Amino acid sequence: MSAYTIQEHEYDMVVVGAGGAGLRATFGLAAKGLKTVCITKVFPTRSHTVAAQGGISAALGNMGEDDWRYHFFDTIKGSDWLGDQDAIEYMCKEAPAAIIELEHYGVPFSRTEDGKIYQRPFGGMTTRYGEGPAAQRTCAAADRTGHAMLHTLYQQSLAHDARFMIEYFALDLIWDDEGVCRGVLALDMAEGTLHLFRGHGVVLATGGYGRAYFSATSAHTCTGDGGGLVLRSGLALQDMEFVQFHPTGIYGAGCLITEGVRGEGGILRNSSGERFMERYAPHYKDLASRDVVSRSMTIEIREGRGVGAEKDHILLDLTHLGPEVIHEKLPGIAESARIFANVDVTRQPIPVLPTVHYNMGGIPTNYHGEVVQKVGENPDQVVQGLYAIGEAACVSVHGANRLGSNSLLDLVVFGRAAANRCAQTIKPGASHKVLPASACDKALANLDKLRNANGASPTAEIRLNMQRTMQSDAAVFRTSKTLSEGCEKMAKIFTSFEDVKVSDRSLVWNSDLIETYELQNLLYNAVATITSAEQRKESRGAHAHEDFPDRDDANWQKHTLVKVDGKGASSFDFRPVHMYTLSDDVGVVPPKKRVY
Amino acid sequence: MDADYKRLRWRCRRGTRELDQLLGWWLENRYTDAPGELRTGFAALLEQQDPQLWDWLVGLGAPADAVQAGVIDEIRAQHRV
Repeated sequence: MSAYTIQEHEYDMVVVGAGGAGLRATFGLAAKGLKTVCITKVFPTRSHTVAAQGGISAALGNMGEDDWRYHFFDTIKGSDWLGDQDAIEYMCKEAPAAIIELEHYGVPFSRTEDGKIYQRPFGGMTTRYGEGPAAQRTCAAADRTGHAMLHTLYQQSLAHDARFMIEYFALDLIWDDEGVCRGVLALDMAEGTLHLFRGHGVVLATGGYGRAYFSATSAHTCTGDGGGLVLRSGLALQDMEFVQFHPTGIYGAGCLITEGVRGEGGILRNSSGERFMERYAPHYKDLASRDVVSRSMTIEIREGRGVGAEKDHILLDLTHLGPEVIHEKLPGIAESARIFANVDVTRQPIPVLPTVHYNMGGIPTNYHGEVVQKVGENPDQVVQGLYAIGEAACVSVHGANRLGSNSLLDLVVFGRAAANRCAQTIKPGASHKVLPASACDKALANLDKLRNANGASPTAEIRLNMQRTMQSDAAVFRTSKTLSEGCEKMAKIFTSFEDVKVSDRSLVWNSDLIETYELQNLLYNAVATITSAEQRKESRGAHAHEDFPDRDDANWQKHTLVKVDGKGASSFDFRPVHMYTLSDDVGVVPPKKRVY
Repeated sequence: MDADYKRLRWRCRRGTRELDQLLGWWLENRYTDAPGELRTGFAALLEQQDPQLWDWLVGLGAPADAVQAGVIDEIRAQHRV
């Protein structure tokens, strides 16, 4: 493999990805005095975090009664008791401080008339352990919270001398002989040169893999690169069967209408104009959690009460709110609806459909952001040198279903936690272990294979096959039959990648090659998702199985671990859900039926 | 494909699906036949922040540069229902 020249760079820490989680970690690591490089395939403020319009949750209590313990309860209930309660305690307890910290760094949160941070209601957020009124817990910087956070955290990172390698694509993780992660091999897309970034730790903050599906709210850049790197390294991902559908993607376009719309009073209606959520969630109605709303919409459509010529979607009605509320509280929404649905929201409802939005599953970690695997009888064995945060990770705080506005919170809390952990365990400027000469061989062999790939199937064709299969067989409603057929189809599609064709042989701005790498990552994530779904014989959160309609705590209150080998074959193991808390401040919430 | 096109293709990767679609449309459908001035204007637009681009694309203000404004107008003129 000597045909490739590799430039080596030494840092204390290497972060892959510059969305909210990656930037929070990069900034935190640099602020702690660790020499940190952040590798990112797109410019930081073009990360998908920019799309997070809704806001970030924290029990500040600015708008009325609230308590972080209520937030803790809501998150556990939202997770359908698959979330780890120690990690959820950590996140909800740290939330208020994390928000105040962001405010100090410069995030311009919207305010109430008396100058406090304004907070809006969001689905699944309640008071008094689900017995009280809806909580107003979600802080926002108008409808640009994600961008404001990216901008602020990028500036903070630069101020602390973190280095950014922008438009560099991470090809593979580099390991030593003892299974310790020692760095990342990356391609400088502009120059076409290879770079080995050595670090005492590598933080994967690569986001989700929404593009594995045909209809997704995700930007093109959401290709599950971290999950792909981890699976190709022979490690397991966790809870990949849990894919969240956002109830309100614009029909036909996939573009997102934020849940904040329902928080401000938007109503879902079926073909007879009925506010059908009153039947499914009598208490919280349109503000029930996302999986409940998505499933209710799907039932309405399946039972013939969908709207449109094909009766295949639902209407989101804002007309009763009045133009002032819409333009003041939800300015971006009116424009999205006009451009992508040709609708004037002050006079007409928006056609919407549940659309893939978030991956609860990912790289398993503890609440310090350290990647864990099950080794022998130990379900919490830390993988030395490897960390994961944000949507790429599975801490697991979202369990089987994420609550809206908990993802931005997840980014900052665990980005910060990973940085704090590394500050405790890694000495700045420590020398790097000499790697075996063969350390990059596997990564280079994959590069060589892909850039010279001369088969019969273009990358785009294989990608479309994958997206259509995942959409039809691993979506909101799942049956044993559709899942097993889907697994067979995905196995064939995975194998078809052996016959991929890359037309561009250069290394400079070769988006054909990069998209082929991304497809490889997506394929690993997709196989992990559909095979995990096939083996879970119950319904829980986002995994609604028609043949096993009930939650089965006795057999299935456990995290799925899935490995995918080079031939696309999955193998499974399990980790227990953490049914304990970190302190006496709050007690474990035992499983009960999840109704809203 | 020339290196400029390939670079711009990557820079059409934005933070949101909406912008991916709108900017990608111009690159795929207009770039090849567009005059050099318009191509330069498009490349300059891609250096802008996503919320700024979104504002312009939905008609909230317009770029000061007339050529860039012309690209925005072309995208806005498309029906995408």
